[in-house]
Amino acid sequence: MRWGRARTGEAREGLDPHSSELETEQPVRSIEGRGPWLLAWERLRRDRVAIGSFVVIVLIFLAAIFAPVFTLLTGHGVDTQYRTTGLTPDGLPMPPSAEFWLGTDDLGRDILVRIAYGARISLLVGVVATLITVAIGILVGLAAGYFGGIVDTVLARLVDVVLSFPFLLFAIALVSITGPSLAVAIIAISAFSWAAVARIVRGQVLSIREREFVEAARSLGASDWRIMFVDVLPNVMAPVIVYTTLLIPTVIVIEATLSFLGLGVPPPTPTWGGMLNDAISYYQVAWWFIVFPGAALVITTLAFNLLGDGVRDAFDPGSDRR
Amino acid sequence: MARFLIRRVFLGAIVLLLITMMVFAIFFVAPNDVARTLAGRQATPETIALIQQRLGLDQPVWKQYLTFLWNALHGNLGYDYYHQVPVTTIITQALPATVSLAVGAAVIWMLLGVLNGVVSAVHPRSVADRALTGFALFFYSMPTFLLGLLLLFFLYFQLSLAGFPVFPAGGYIPLTENPVEWFRHLILPWLTLALVLAATYTRLTRGSMLDVLGEDYIRTARAKGLTERRVVYRHGLRSALTPVVTQFGIDLGQLVGGVVVTETVFSIDGLGKTAVDAINQQDLPVIIGIVIFAATAVIIANLLVDLAYAVLDPRVRPH
Repeated sequence: MRWGRARTGEAREGLDPHSSELETEQPVRSIEGRGPWLLAWERLRRDRVAIGSFVVIVLIFLAAIFAPVFTLLTGHGVDTQYRTTGLTPDGLPMPPSAEFWLGTDDLGRDILVRIAYGARISLLVGVVATLITVAIGILVGLAAGYFGGIVDTVLARLVDVVLSFPFLLFAIALVSITGPSLAVAIIAISAFSWAAVARIVRGQVLSIREREFVEAARSLGASDWRIMFVDVLPNVMAPVIVYTTLLIPTVIVIEATLSFLGLGVPPPTPTWGGMLNDAISYYQVAWWFIVFPGAALVITTLAFNLLGDGVRDAFDPGSDRR
Repeated sequence: MARFLIRRVFLGAIVLLLITMMVFAIFFVAPNDVARTLAGRQATPETIALIQQRLGLDQPVWKQYLTFLWNALHGNLGYDYYHQVPVTTIITQALPATVSLAVGAAVIWMLLGVLNGVVSAVHPRSVADRALTGFALFFYSMPTFLLGLLLLFFLYFQLSLAGFPVFPAGGYIPLTENPVEWFRHLILPWLTLALVLAATYTRLTRGSMLDVLGEDYIRTARAKGLTERRVVYRHGLRSALTPVVTQFGIDLGQLVGGVVVTETVFSIDGLGKTAVDAINQQDLPVIIGIVIFAATAVIIANLLVDLAYAVLDPRVRPH
């Protein structure tokens, strides 16, 4: 809990109560003390691509939250099958028209409305699974890096196991036994994505735990927990935040893939992957059935990736542009 | 070198053992009544018990696990529940398609990714760089199955509709049967798998190459009067490849997932599609066999990558 407060505090104002520890390592600083978070934010703010992507992401979130608005606008329910108006006489999907702006699917449902509702699942899974993944990764990485020794050896092997596991096969197997659901999708994704985060955190912790301010905290009698979460953790957050931003689109893609294989959130709940799965049999007659849900998916992941690149450049200006 | 090898093989074996345990645990913690499914609706309890006994399902889990391990070590992965075909036979039959798909895609993605990355890094911020990194990010954001669908739509369907049936809709023709058709049937699946993964490598090679080209020894090489081509490819690329090779090792696990999706989209009867089919039928021995086989392949490939790493970069060469 503590680190959460420390992180947001620092990110917002750069006035973290623990910044005194940061200052011991960087004595050359102006009196106003613009922390690394503030500097990163200022760099990010000037990055037009990143800000543009951020706006796109906000719009997608708004579309997801206010999905019922699309129902009001079009007058079409999300699961309602318009068998007479939404299907051709042969029972095929209808192309985009004034009535159905993005066309209909194989059951005569409005694709626009379903894309809006589908955004809910993609974003929900993307954000929740990423947060769980990052939390597990931080805990394991902190423990392995901080305690070292046998703890490190065991955890590092565990990370190796998880990384060399054929994730998708495992997820498929898991879902085949439990039955597809939102929770299972989130658990399967989190259970196999944390290892990379753990590896990053561990590497950072290894170098930070040798620093003087950690020694100082220890000699003041701080407990292991306090040192790990109050002294070490805020200093590894920058790479974690960068990785988190880039992990969200990856998780969205995995969720879509699971749904595409029929292993995500079960129908009739609209998901982008599920819609594309339905579209396979119709791609020869209904291009809109693939193109629009596919575009929604790619725009979302692309926006997150562009934002992630921007965040990485903001924290580490030398990383990509020279 | 020998000690390093032995250590790695040993660790790989431990990882594999853990994976078999996890797979086994998943399947036996969850309730699933194969015997009942097999016996059909009207089966008496006696029939079900008999089937359970025949499949070894009445034994305690640890005993089943040990039996499985013992058999696996002797090259026997069990028999599928429905047709009593050895799982090893099923894997051997599906393997050529998967290997063709994976190896071909890996070649394309490494060549494409590394070359694009080098071009980008040699002319940073040029039009070519921007176009290539833009493409890379686009494909990087693209789910494999979606790219497969789009390629099917444009390059198979639209092209065939326009009177150029260059690409087939899917399926697999064995190499030994007809090399030309083998190639023709694999182009779209190869591209599907390769383009998504190549994007990572373009980005990675570009970054790593930019770092390396800023090094002093590159300046020295130029000062010696070497041609730019030699500086870039002999001096630069060689050390820039180290992180690329590491990433290649990590991505092999991901490749398995990509193979599952690609085989499903293009209906190629490889390991991935076989696994998905087996899962739909709850055919445990087949699922366990394929998961463990895939994990073994990933571990062995990782071992090879580690060796390649040592060859490429003398600094990490173990003693």
